[in-house]
Amino acid sequence: MLWNIPYIAVVALIVLGLYACMFKSNLVKIIIGTSLLEAGANLFLITLGYRKGGIAPIFTNAPSTESMVLPVPQALVLTSIVIGLAVTALLLSIVVMIYRHYGTIDAKKVRRLRG
Amino acid sequence: MIGSLLSNAGVWMPLAWLFVLVVTWAIVYYIRSRGEARYHKDTEQVRPFLAGHPETSKAAMHVRASNEYWGFMEALKGYYHPLIKGHTGNLNDYICWFTCILAIVLVLVISVGV
Amino acid sequence: MSAIESLRLHSPALIIAIPLLTAFIIPLLSKIIGPKARNGFVVAVLTGVLALVLLLAHDVITGGTRTYVLGGSTPLLTLPSGYQVPVRIMFVIDAMGVFMGIMCGVIALVAAIYSCMETYEGLYKFYTLLLLVTTGIFGLVFTGDLFNLFVFFEILSIASCGLVAFKIDSPMSMEGGFKYMVISDIGGLSLLVMIGLLYGQYDALNIGMLANRMDYGMIDIIALGLIVTALLMKSGSVPMHMWTPDAYGETPSSVTIMIVGASLSSLYALFRICFTLYGGFIGINVAGWIIVILALISILVGVTMAIPQTDFKRLIGYAAVAEIGFILLGLGAGLASLSGNSVDAYGIKAMEGSIFHIFNDALDIGLLFFVAAVVSYATGQRNLNNLCGLGRKMKYTTFLFIIGLAAVAGLPPMNGFASKFLIYESVFHLNPILAIIGILGSIMMLAIFVKAFSGAFLGPPVPELETYKKVPRSMLFAMSIVVAIIVFFGLFPDLIVDNLAHPAAQALVNHSEYISHAIRIGGV
Repeated sequence: MLWNIPYIAVVALIVLGLYACMFKSNLVKIIIGTSLLEAGANLFLITLGYRKGGIAPIFTNAPSTESMVLPVPQALVLTSIVIGLAVTALLLSIVVMIYRHYGTIDAKKVRRLRG
Repeated sequence: MIGSLLSNAGVWMPLAWLFVLVVTWAIVYYIRSRGEARYHKDTEQVRPFLAGHPETSKAAMHVRASNEYWGFMEALKGYYHPLIKGHTGNLNDYICWFTCILAIVLVLVISVGV
Repeated sequence: MSAIESLRLHSPALIIAIPLLTAFIIPLLSKIIGPKARNGFVVAVLTGVLALVLLLAHDVITGGTRTYVLGGSTPLLTLPSGYQVPVRIMFVIDAMGVFMGIMCGVIALVAAIYSCMETYEGLYKFYTLLLLVTTGIFGLVFTGDLFNLFVFFEILSIASCGLVAFKIDSPMSMEGGFKYMVISDIGGLSLLVMIGLLYGQYDALNIGMLANRMDYGMIDIIALGLIVTALLMKSGSVPMHMWTPDAYGETPSSVTIMIVGASLSSLYALFRICFTLYGGFIGINVAGWIIVILALISILVGVTMAIPQTDFKRLIGYAAVAEIGFILLGLGAGLASLSGNSVDAYGIKAMEGSIFHIFNDALDIGLLFFVAAVVSYATGQRNLNNLCGLGRKMKYTTFLFIIGLAAVAGLPPMNGFASKFLIYESVFHLNPILAIIGILGSIMMLAIFVKAFSGAFLGPPVPELETYKKVPRSMLFAMSIVVAIIVFFGLFPDLIVDNLAHPAAQALVNHSEYISHAIRIGGV
């Protein structure tokens, strides 16, 4: 049961992220929701790579009797964190411009495109 | 043969269709050219008769784009009203739709596949 | 090895690398050589890339699926020495990939020619984003690796959002860009979770390797449901379509064709995952029927919501939603009749029709958006209620709009009719109601554009629209290229269907052939 705590954390993060995106009307809170979703997905990938009793997957001066955790998910997650950073930066700069034009960042009021 | 698209049930040859169209147009044009010679443009004949009222300007009589399908939209008002209200423009609702469809698709695919 | 030989060997990598490099050189170059030479440079680069894509297409259609491995000693070494599994990142290019590649090359070239007249201040940023979107689409359709698909998917979303929100002094562009980016982000994260689910089970990221090891357990079925919904949202099918008119209506009209191309690339990803990755799954017929029902609702809601619109570009955006419905109809019919390594005869025709319709849809909707941009440039109006009698002075534009109207509504002899004919005749065998609703959708599509045409182009001249700005020649030239391709596809549809769409449909259905090319069972 102890080994499943990271997976429970993943589910909790994804559910909280979706809740924030679906029910919070402040645009910045929606961006926080997407950050939570990203964190959940990245945590999921890293947790998948764990092997019991493994050490960090570094070749230099590695002790030869231990097994290592998988390095591929760590590479995938590095890429994904950078992509998430770019997306968050873009969304935040768009929210700055929306505030300048509309005067509000409530999703219920920023909806001139409807119908 | 080039220019013929085969499907399972039939064949579509656009060049043959164009040829038939040209022949039909030629026949229609010939019949029209043997018609009435008493019609003259730009005379008293082409002005509309409005029972003695003066004719309003053509620009005022042109039906604008939103008014063109008024009858259709009026007849289907029961369908259009909830549909247009459903397109709220609120970002939260877009994601709510995604989650609802995700739930329905997962239930359907799991219950059949396993 | 002569130059042509090495070009042919390395063409997949060059097709992606050249637009990427040019995208980063453009800001520096435009300060050195000035705007006109920069525009000419971009058009020349995109013409070169299109020539490379046609070379690659000729190779793949005559020679079979090609693979290209990055990082090996030769580009063909899929299994590194001493290994049993492919561990390097590969591009696996089959007939479906080159079809989408040809489409992307053509629409990027047309968009670049059309934008030669744009008068924004930071126009070099515009071209950088256009080239990044081109790179994203090429990478997405050529890749054979799932995580590479995710990376190019995100490149595509970020660059397209930059294009949607380009006009920063228009509040609605900002709103459209925000909605588009959040929707794309959620789609990308669903793709990442699905990659995690599959990687955790099979320890492989290569599409061919995964398809070989797949055993269709509960987790794989959950991954299928997740990714189908996410890709349907990203391509714009009802009921997750509401971002589509917002985003399409607010981009600068010269690049809306690229945003349409981005949505069609996510349809390509749906094709690839459903047919190649999950090809042997019995329950895929349920996914096929779900896609068919959502396609029917897309067609109906798309055309009925377009009728009350007053903004010209939002009207065309809703028509684009309905066109996506047609493509999904063919895809779902193909999926619903899939069994083992083959489909019934009508399933292959439905897939061919919808693959052909992908290309036609990009061209037709792109042409309509170009006409809307010309109208808005010449008169300054976007509201259809204020436009009247444009046909008297803008004769060439009216003619182009009539051809676009006939193409998108599926009137003979344009290309829209050829692909819709294939789709109707094939889905009729699945269930007659599907074809009936499809034809009804086409008729209502004609109704929408007749409303726009008679409201804006017919009628008497009005005094407040007397001053027309003259339409620049680059706009008319780009639109003429698109019309020439539309008429050519309409008059000779069997050239495209037999040589491009049929091999593409066959390559998708033959998923064991894809696997054997990707992992080379039995020798190099």
